[in-house]
Amino acid sequence: MLQFESWKRVLIWIACLAGLLLAVPNGFYTRVEQHNDAVAAIELGADTPENQEMAAQWPGYLPSSLVNLGLDLRGGAHLLAEVQVADVYQARMEATWPEVRDALRPLRSTVGTIRKQPSPVDELRVRIGDVAGMQQALETVRSLARPVQSLTGIGASDIAVSAVDDVIVVTLSDAEKLATDERTMQQSLEIVRRRVDEVGTREPTIQRQGTERILIQVPGIGSAAELKAIIGTTARLTFNPVVNRTNDGNAIAGAGNSVIPSIDEPGQFYVIENAPVVAGDDLVDAQPSFDQNGGAAVSFRFNTAGARRFGNYTADNIGSLFAIVLDNEVVSAPVIQSHIAGGSGIITGRFSVEETTNLAVLLRAGALPAKLTFLEERTVGPELGQDSIDAGKVATMVAFVAVLVFMFLSYGLFGVFANIALIINVGLIFGLLSLVGATLTLPGIAGIVLTVGMAVDANVLVFERIREELKTSKGPARAIELGYEKALSAILDANVTTFITAVILFVMGSGPVRGFAITLGLGIITSVFTAIFVTRLMVVIWFERRRPKTIEV
Amino acid sequence: MRLKLVKDNTNFDFFGRWKLWLGISLLMMMIGFGSYLYQGLNFGIDFRGGTTIRTDSTEPVDIAAYRDALEGLELGDVSISEVFDPNFRDGQNVAMIRIQAQDGQEAVTVDTIGILENALHSIDPDMKFPSVESVGPKVSGELIKTAALAVVLAIGAVLIYIWLRFEWQFALGAVAALVHDVVLTIGVFSELQIKFDLAIIAALLTIVGYSLNDTVVVFDRVRENLRKYKKKPLAEVLNISINETLSRTVMTSVTTLLALTALFVLGGDVIRGFVFAMIWGVIVGTYSSVFVASTILLYLGVKRDWSKTDPKAGGQYANIDA
Repeated sequence: MLQFESWKRVLIWIACLAGLLLAVPNGFYTRVEQHNDAVAAIELGADTPENQEMAAQWPGYLPSSLVNLGLDLRGGAHLLAEVQVADVYQARMEATWPEVRDALRPLRSTVGTIRKQPSPVDELRVRIGDVAGMQQALETVRSLARPVQSLTGIGASDIAVSAVDDVIVVTLSDAEKLATDERTMQQSLEIVRRRVDEVGTREPTIQRQGTERILIQVPGIGSAAELKAIIGTTARLTFNPVVNRTNDGNAIAGAGNSVIPSIDEPGQFYVIENAPVVAGDDLVDAQPSFDQNGGAAVSFRFNTAGARRFGNYTADNIGSLFAIVLDNEVVSAPVIQSHIAGGSGIITGRFSVEETTNLAVLLRAGALPAKLTFLEERTVGPELGQDSIDAGKVATMVAFVAVLVFMFLSYGLFGVFANIALIINVGLIFGLLSLVGATLTLPGIAGIVLTVGMAVDANVLVFERIREELKTSKGPARAIELGYEKALSAILDANVTTFITAVILFVMGSGPVRGFAITLGLGIITSVFTAIFVTRLMVVIWFERRRPKTIEV
Repeated sequence: MRLKLVKDNTNFDFFGRWKLWLGISLLMMMIGFGSYLYQGLNFGIDFRGGTTIRTDSTEPVDIAAYRDALEGLELGDVSISEVFDPNFRDGQNVAMIRIQAQDGQEAVTVDTIGILENALHSIDPDMKFPSVESVGPKVSGELIKTAALAVVLAIGAVLIYIWLRFEWQFALGAVAALVHDVVLTIGVFSELQIKFDLAIIAALLTIVGYSLNDTVVVFDRVRENLRKYKKKPLAEVLNISINETLSRTVMTSVTTLLALTALFVLGGDVIRGFVFAMIWGVIVGTYSSVFVASTILLYLGVKRDWSKTDPKAGGQYANIDA
């Protein structure tokens, strides 16, 4: 155990140096962060002198990966949202009704009258006048089914049709529900991501969790409320014909119409046609801008199909009102002055500049397919995070020094070896954390401090063993050799068991707990490495140089 | 001159009064468990849902005034406590306010938090809210299940590992020690009513890891000494093993406690509960590896002949010494 081939020695030193080099950028956190931001900006084309200057703050030949700071250290907002995937079933069922009606109409003579019945949101119930025609009606409705478009649902059709007495019950099939849920989730994730990206904060985390949840973490944002305002609003924009203006919120709307309030005039209601002329789906762009009077406004542009429909409608209805409806509130209801061709327009209202900026963001990103409910939200202010970092730094330094002094007092020269190894060890932890892009949380700092305390354990095991072997007077070389040999199984067993718990913590834990598991796990790996290679190598080098007749551990 | 916490060649008799030690452990566990049954744990919002708001004001915290301000908002159970920490600046007064999960809401709405903040601003218009956390009852229910599962899984995994590396008696001894540590930790959190949240589960699992680390080192020496002293009674072999490893046990516990104490005092109030759990765990874990794990091992007895490997018995992986 005292022989070390030279290639092994070289390898060990290289590993240590590489680890320490990777850790270096964290010592100059702000500077390297600015450098990284500037480099990214230059790559995107923003090659300004300021960016050049920022980029020059850190030499390009040095590694520049940093440990990510968790929300509890950097400050920011955390949201766990649940997508109400069942919302989509309702929309699907509503869209199925006209299809069913149109398909059954030619069969009036056999099925009798066709009437939609009140039904649960994820079902469509249609009553037919003549039960004798049920068989034919069912066949007709079933023929409307389309194959499910997903890998797992191949062969299944999208709707299930059954009969209860004289009522046809149409529901989405299970395969279709699964496929729909999946699409809803993908779409929601994409839209949330676009909305958060539009705000342009650093490194937001947007992750799917489980089947119906989205985890959103945005560092640097003021509060969870702000974040919700950005992603939570549905922002469904439609242009609907106005039937009437009224001051009565309970006015009778008539079939196919509904009464909705005005967004900024209290007590003003509009009766509008439900079927929109154009919807937000046809928007290709929306930008904050100003109207002729200098008021904040949002300008928008439709795609070709939307532009044509909008153009035709305005040409046919000059002089009448139409409503710009945002999330079931009328933003404004101008009179159509002329045929609006070209498909672009402007939304004015009593907006502030900030509101128009947000509205433009929401319109560009598109509507969420389903509602989000928030299960968990956390905000940490940046000052609290900074306080935690400061406290963590001081505590780590004090813990470090205390352990170093204690080890020196207990083991003398061997303690110094262990101490050097401990310093390398902490360096390696930071190096590895930067390399894998792990996130450092407050419990993670505690994990590092705990590692500082526990890392010496492997060395202590060896040193104590050497002491014991020295008692049986075998001579220093043999004692050191036996010390390492016999301590090895205890070191491995003890650390493997701790590592198992770290892995379980990582798999089962979330957020800060996971950060703790990562530092604990990496700490175990590096401390075993430093104890059985680095310290040993130092002991061996020292022993080769000095060849002491007696040693004191 | 070396600092030595444990003299060379100690020969303490750890098993002379093993019934007493085991009795003390059992009694402590019963007190802990009783406390848990009687008053329960002071669950944080992670586990029972609700909202916590951390307030930061230059005015001294007047809990009665805070309570008056929040009265009438009909938020149900509200608890307010002042937080102290040596790291606070002069004139920094921090309090934690916790309100229960609101009926019919998954998480507390922005409006509720706005109303709360307004009410508190009436006391001190410059009051800041450095942290606002809200967890809905649905998630908190899942979190508690996952947490319990994590602890059980960790103990199970360890049971299997030690069984493979040693023998089933060792595994049972180690697991008994782990259960002992976990019960005592939960007991102390219940007795002192310290906030029990997700981070404490992480601390619990770390305690499991640490205690095990300690137990395994002792067991490793027991295994070695069983080969060495084939004729000595088990109690004596165990005693020798514990005495031989005593110096290391104390050294490691002291360095770990040194580091943790620094964190406890200087690390800020946010993680103080977490660090407290670990300090307690290190102390209890060190105790349990000697007085619980080894005593159980003595009680169960163990295969004595380790000279030739018996492929049918457990411990067939015991000779993989890397």
